[in-house]
Amino acid sequence: MFISNTETEKKEMLRAIGAEKFEDLIKQVPGKFLGSRFDLPEGLSEMETYNRMKELSLKNRNLKSFVGGGAYERYIPSAVKALISRGEFLTAYTPYQPEASQGILQTIYEYQSSMCALYEMDCSNASMYDGSTAFAEAVKACVRINSRKKILYASTMNPRYLDVAKTYFSNPEYEFTAVPAENGAINPEKLKAMLDESVSCVAVANPNYFGVIEDVEALAKAAHEKGALAVCVADPLSLAVLKTPGAAGFDFAVGEGQSLGLPLSYGGPYLGIFTCKKEYVRQMPGRICGMTKDKDGKRGFVLTLQAREQHIRRDKAASNICSNQALCALSAAIYCAIMGPEGLRETALLNNHLANFAAEELAKIKGVKLKYGRPFFNEFVLELPVKAAELREKTACKEGVDPGLDLAHLGKGFENSLLVCLTETKNETDVLNLKKAVEANLAVEAKI
Amino acid sequence: MNDIIKFDNKLSIEKSGEGKRGFSFKKAAPKAGIPQGAARTTRPRLPELSEFDVVRHFTRLSKFNFSVDTHFYPLGSCTMKYNPKINEEVSSFDGFTHTHPLAMDACAQGTLEIIWDMEKRLCELCGMDAGTLWPVAGAHGEYTGILLAKKHFEELNRSRDVPSPVKNEEGTVPIHSDRVNRDEIIVPDSAHGTNPATASMAGFKTININSAPDGRIDLEVLKARITPKTAVIMLTVPNTLGIFESNIAKICEMAHANGSLVYMDGANFNALIGLVKPGELGVDIMHLNMHKTFSTPHGGGGPGAGGIMVKKALIPYLPAPRIEKKGGSFSVNEDLPLSIGRIKAWFTNTQVLLRAYAYLLMHGPKQLREIAENSIINANYIKSGLQDLFPPYSREYCMHECVLAPSKELTDKGIRTLDVAKRLLDYGYHAPTIYFPIIVHEAIMIEPTETESKETMDAFIAAMTKIHSEAQKDPEFVKKAPHTMPVKRLDEVEAARKPNIRW
Repeated sequence: MFISNTETEKKEMLRAIGAEKFEDLIKQVPGKFLGSRFDLPEGLSEMETYNRMKELSLKNRNLKSFVGGGAYERYIPSAVKALISRGEFLTAYTPYQPEASQGILQTIYEYQSSMCALYEMDCSNASMYDGSTAFAEAVKACVRINSRKKILYASTMNPRYLDVAKTYFSNPEYEFTAVPAENGAINPEKLKAMLDESVSCVAVANPNYFGVIEDVEALAKAAHEKGALAVCVADPLSLAVLKTPGAAGFDFAVGEGQSLGLPLSYGGPYLGIFTCKKEYVRQMPGRICGMTKDKDGKRGFVLTLQAREQHIRRDKAASNICSNQALCALSAAIYCAIMGPEGLRETALLNNHLANFAAEELAKIKGVKLKYGRPFFNEFVLELPVKAAELREKTACKEGVDPGLDLAHLGKGFENSLLVCLTETKNETDVLNLKKAVEANLAVEAKI
Repeated sequence: MNDIIKFDNKLSIEKSGEGKRGFSFKKAAPKAGIPQGAARTTRPRLPELSEFDVVRHFTRLSKFNFSVDTHFYPLGSCTMKYNPKINEEVSSFDGFTHTHPLAMDACAQGTLEIIWDMEKRLCELCGMDAGTLWPVAGAHGEYTGILLAKKHFEELNRSRDVPSPVKNEEGTVPIHSDRVNRDEIIVPDSAHGTNPATASMAGFKTININSAPDGRIDLEVLKARITPKTAVIMLTVPNTLGIFESNIAKICEMAHANGSLVYMDGANFNALIGLVKPGELGVDIMHLNMHKTFSTPHGGGGPGAGGIMVKKALIPYLPAPRIEKKGGSFSVNEDLPLSIGRIKAWFTNTQVLLRAYAYLLMHGPKQLREIAENSIINANYIKSGLQDLFPPYSREYCMHECVLAPSKELTDKGIRTLDVAKRLLDYGYHAPTIYFPIIVHEAIMIEPTETESKETMDAFIAAMTKIHSEAQKDPEFVKKAPHTMPVKRLDEVEAARKPNIRW
């Protein structure tokens, strides 16, 4: 299909090799394994493939959606998409030959710098698979550093991040304990009461799964008082306006970089942001790009501190990660450069404003109230008079609006809770339409 | 590398001008609700540039870069084949990119159907019983696969537990008398670094075994190292020397007779696609790299996608969720009591899978076999064209890649593989993989892939031949290569000694 050589050329090549036919080349494969039948459809032409994929894409139904929960619908400036589509970036490999990869290496350096600036942390790596695996690797780094076995995590964190961390800790000697929430956030005093010298790290998220802003500084301080490390999961866009993990004193800060110029695409590719304090730089997993000089003293970039990595240390490596999310990191670097400090701040404030407006409007609906009376960033939880999943399904079917994420997966007490998310892609009119849609479907409910 | 555009290595932050804007919503948020104590008090040190500044900055950077679109990139074990443009277009259809991972199943039927169908096709291609497409990279697939094996042995142990005759308040307490603690993974010395790193990450001890002189697994050595503690044997087929493990059936038999599992690193599947089904070799678990065999672009190091395929016994442990088909519709099942759990917050690098799916749609059985055939012919063509000057590790025909080394004439002049690699850059070729596999002294690992033409390979052979003669005439010149890149050789020691990793 995408093979350049003609049959004649193939024959010429076989002759040059000294083989009569292709089969001579694969005599090392025992004959019984050759000649298998492959029960697969005939290949399509490019045009047929285009049409088939178009058809399948239309089977997805894109509603006006207020679903967030860790992945956010964002406006992506056209320049980001145009630049990352360039074949020179898109079709390159990991920059193993730095002299022929200065472009990519410099973009990694700029990405690392932008993440350090946003999180106010000392170091960043070149990317992880997504926010959840970055989180799992940060917790792994903590237990490597202090050899303690207990992990205290905020029950207000995204449960999927916890799921992934627990999968990454398949060894039962590590103990994960939830710090219970009070009115949608963690009370630092409660955390203090649960801390002792056996705790390796305290993990929190800000904003948390409910969109609520946590008292991050007090939480990090509590962890440090007992000699534990502190890990923060933070949405990078929120950090344009919220207190940063660095300012709050965290040792590791990670996040989902999808907010920085990446489409939703049903889960990926996203971007795992991984940052830490400088004393832990050698505990970072994955690639790191560093600035150096060439033989003539000219500035240049290389992959560095590779003694942590699998291709050098093999079974002693900090992580097995090899392929990362380089192109997504490039998107983030370009997004940050286009938005600049002001653009990011403007976007974050717009998110926050719309969410506050929506919360105010939706809470006016009869029987609907805000679940938590705490400040939030761009998401909030509504307590409904009906099951949130039912409302969601009805509103989707009838009005073409997905009003938010139902939180029944959090268990008892959350059946009627709806997590509503606002981003810059919505406006006040969208909010009022959402209100109407919710009202209409709750009214139907009431009549029944 | 590029004479038209002069290389300037100024950082974007150094081009920054106060007050410059690249993007604006043209309306300020009228009010916001961030309490003072929770607000950021500093301004992030990010570049302030116009949109045009940003476009020019990054477009210029893209020029100081080798890529498959612009250069022959014979990086062994990385399968740098052509990345079809149709894949880019169809994976970016709005219907796909606008779908939220937490959208209701009814709103994601297209994507779910693709993932479901792709899993089926890949199972057929690999001769396996089921799979998961959640891993996002080869190493992520390896980790998932090894966790499946771990779970498999835990469950076996559980099933061997016998109830105690003594009852306490909670009922009977099992006695773990018959448990087998399998905590070792056997890895040959030719393996990718990710294999032993994965084993450690999953809590296993790596047992390294030396290869036989022909580059294959030494059956006698293996026999001595397989014990009741062996959980898994991790193999790469063809191995990293580009050699098929001809004893694979015997190896799998030995493993299975011992109650162990066989994991196949599928990084080199390009040599087998449409030709050999790994499941028929006896492999229990394997991963695939969409960014290698299935033509998705490497993006400067990622994103990739790395599904794994398994035999029946391992299906219950596959990571959550599973996609199921009922009638004509597809749903996401999270209720999997025996699953190892979630390995990523949401599904996978879905957009990468879409590209790989488009590629699969275009290839029927005949075209798939052509991939393997041509990748093998191309690798042998390069090997035969270079073997007098750069002796190959093995005189046998190779599969999809070959491993060479500089000849004695070169090493006598102090020329190392690194020098050859750097000089190749001057001729406009990305260097092959070098110093890997680690068992070959001064290794040069070349994988041309099936999409390169004879013409390109002839030119590459000519360049290598020229370097061989240059190295004898003027070794110092070759040792100082590259001469035409934006930078000369870089000081990596200093970079690691005093890390400067941010502005």
